Formats: sequence, C-alpha cells, structure tokens
Amino acid sequence: MSIEPPKTCTGSCASCPSLQDDLKKGRLALRAGIFQENPVFCQILGVCSALAVTSKVANAVVMGAAVTFTAILGNAMIAAMRNIIPRRIRLMVEVIVIAFFVIVFDQLLKAYWFDMSRELGPYVGLIITNCILMGRAEAYALQNRVLPSMMDGLGNGLGYSAVLLIVAVIRELSGSGTLLAGTPLAIILSAQPVSSGTPHLLRIPIDIAPAQLMIMAPGAFFTIGVLIYIFGAFRKQEAK
Amino acid sequence: MDSPAFWVILLAAIFTNNILLSNFLGMCSFLAVSKRVETAVGLGLAVVFVCTCTSALNWIIYYKLLNPETSWIGLDLRFLSFILFIAVIAAFVQFVEMVIEKVSQTLYLALGIFLPLITVNCAILGACLLLIIRQYDFVRSIAYGLGSGLGWMLAIVVIAGIRERLRFSHVPAALGQTGIVMIITGIMAMAFIGFAGMISL
Repeated sequence: MSIEPPKTCTGSCASCPSLQDDLKKGRLALRAGIFQENPVFCQILGVCSALAVTSKVANAVVMGAAVTFTAILGNAMIAAMRNIIPRRIRLMVEVIVIAFFVIVFDQLLKAYWFDMSRELGPYVGLIITNCILMGRAEAYALQNRVLPSMMDGLGNGLGYSAVLLIVAVIRELSGSGTLLAGTPLAIILSAQPVSSGTPHLLRIPIDIAPAQLMIMAPGAFFTIGVLIYIFGAFRKQEAK
Repeated sequence: MDSPAFWVILLAAIFTNNILLSNFLGMCSFLAVSKRVETAVGLGLAVVFVCTCTSALNWIIYYKLLNPETSWIGLDLRFLSFILFIAVIAAFVQFVEMVIEKVSQTLYLALGIFLPLITVNCAILGACLLLIIRQYDFVRSIAYGLGSGLGWMLAIVVIAGIRERLRFSHVPAALGQTGIVMIITGIMAMAFIGFAGMISL
C-alpha cells in the first residue's frame, strides 16, 4: 500500500495544517481509493460481501452506501482521536468505532427499509469484519487529519461501491433478466407483460433465458475472477 | 421449534450450506492462507474450535442478556449484538491464545500465528449472526457452529491442495494469484451444488 505524500508535505502533517493542503491531500486519497488502489481489485479487501450481496443491484447499492457511510464516519472519528488512542489497544478502538457506525446504519435500515434489512441478513453486521474499514483506519486515518481521512473513506467506499455495482449489474442482468428488481425503478427483460403487482419502470420486450447459475454462488466467484483478470490486464498495459 | 435435527444441521452446514461456498464468508483468510495444505489445516482446526465455542457463547449472550423475551434483564438490548459478538470473539481468541501458550508449546507454535487472524475472520461472526437469524436453540447452534467451522476447513484444505498443484501450471499473469483462486472456487462451489438434493436446511 503506497499512498504518496504530497510534495509539499514532509510526511508528518503537523507541517502542513492548512485547509487547502488537507483538501489536496484528500483529493489524492479519494482518487487512489477509486482507481489506483481500488480496495476490491487491487488490495483484495472486502471480497466476502462483494460476492454475497451482488445477486441484486438494489442490494449492492444499499451495501455500498453502508460501507461508504461507515468508512467516512469511522475514518473521521479515528482520525480525530488519533493522538489519544494508546498504540497497544488501537485495534480494539478501531473495531468499536466501526461497530458503532455499523449499528447506527443497521438501526436506520431496520427503521426505514425493513425488507432490505431482512434481505441483506447478516451482511450488514459483517461490515464490522470487512477488512476495508480496518485497513483504511489502520493505514490512513491513524496518521492523517480528519478531512483527508474522510475523503479517503469516501474514495474507498466509492471504489468498493463501484465494484459492487458492476458485479451486481452483470449478475442480475444475466441471472434473472432484470435490473433493480423489487424497486419502482426496475427494468425487466421479458417478452411477456409484467403482472400488475410488480413495480417496474419499463419492460424491454426481448426474451432471453436467464442463466440461473449467475445468481447462485458459482456465478459470483466467476464474475469477480474474470473482473480481476480484466482489471489486472488493464493495469499491466498502463504500466508498460 | 420445528427446525431440523442436530445431525441434519451439522451435515448441511458442512456440505449443502457451506459457509464459504454458499455464504461467501471468510474469504479474506481463505485467499491469504491457502498456499500450503499444512497451514490450511492448522488454520482450519483453529477456526473449527473457535467457531464452535463462540457460537455457544454468543447464543447464551443473545438469549440471556439481549433478547427481551428470554433474558434475565428484560430490556431490549438487541442493537448491542454486533458489538458484543465481536468482543466475545476477540476476547475468546485472546484467551485461547494465552491458554495454549501456557499448556502446550508445540500446539502454540503450530496454531499460535493463526489465532489473531481468526478475530477478523468473518465466517465466525457470520455463523453467530446466522444462527440468531435462523432462531436455532442452544444445541442446534452448537451443531451449526461446528458444521460451519468444519465446512470452512474443508473448503480451505481442498483449495490449498489445488493451489499446491497450480504452482506448476501456467496461469495468465493478469489473472494473478487471486483471480485464478476465485475461478477455481467457483468451480468448487458448482461441485458442492451437487450435494444440494441430499439434505436441506
């Protein structure tokens, strides 16, 4: 993991405490999180939930939002406390901070979108053990000021969400022939008219038999494997 | 409660509802520590042990402290379950590490390095959360914890065996270490679907 410190900063950020520097540094971290150091493809972190919740696009969006929320606020809180956390128990402090925000999100989800909470099952709680959050807290928030840490959290959250979204679009489209099923924005590929009970935005009248395997477990593994391949090939070409 | 019997849950958790291959839990250490069979067996054993014990402990905590209908306190503290579960797992792992270090030096050398990894293994926390969601009673929870641990161990030992052979084959460089493991795991998951008709949860 190599985040380059900005040229104006000597590594320790006591020497560059202005808002402009914070923003510049944060912008670097934001971009690194989405592209160069994408948590799923490059650092292979947080793969569990990337595989588990991506059988539907709606689930993936909510999960991405949950991780982004937790990453921003968790990073901010840890960065704010970075000078008072005793070194030896820092892991425990990080876990508790992350768990706190996960609980907040879980309670919000239970209160406002219970069906989705039920659909995601244990995976919201499992954000606690998602290594992206611990990894970013450990590698970034413990050494940096609050604002750049928040932007680092945002970058990694968005990078993670983007991967989730790509995988989910591939899997839902090929596995069940729908997009965003279960929400009013659903797009359904089907030759037959949709029954009036199911909410949907539009129906595209093509008939393709969905490949059930794609929404089952193996489809998840294959999709991520192939995407890692493609991403790796691109990075290699760029390096040349 | 009309949930299935002890043996059914145990076998289902190992084969048909394998925690790694069908619930995707514990992928991080699965990818990182599956290069050699020996280490995979070591980590697998540690996971089986910790998973079984923390399932029992967390069942007690959930139903006796947090759930308002059955608890000794009578307050609805269920929102605390995530934080307490992870604390119990971390504390238990620490405790086991200290006991093993004191009791058997050989076992400590064999398992010691894996123990800290287990705290962040989401298979353990996942099993604890799933047994609450599925509303198992105490004995069934132990069966589920044990089965999940064994299932995870089975998966990691098999993949480690495959990866040892894989060293001699030409994998495209861009596919890397992880990509190919993902695809092999996918094929494995497909094979495990074959068990599906046997038992179901």
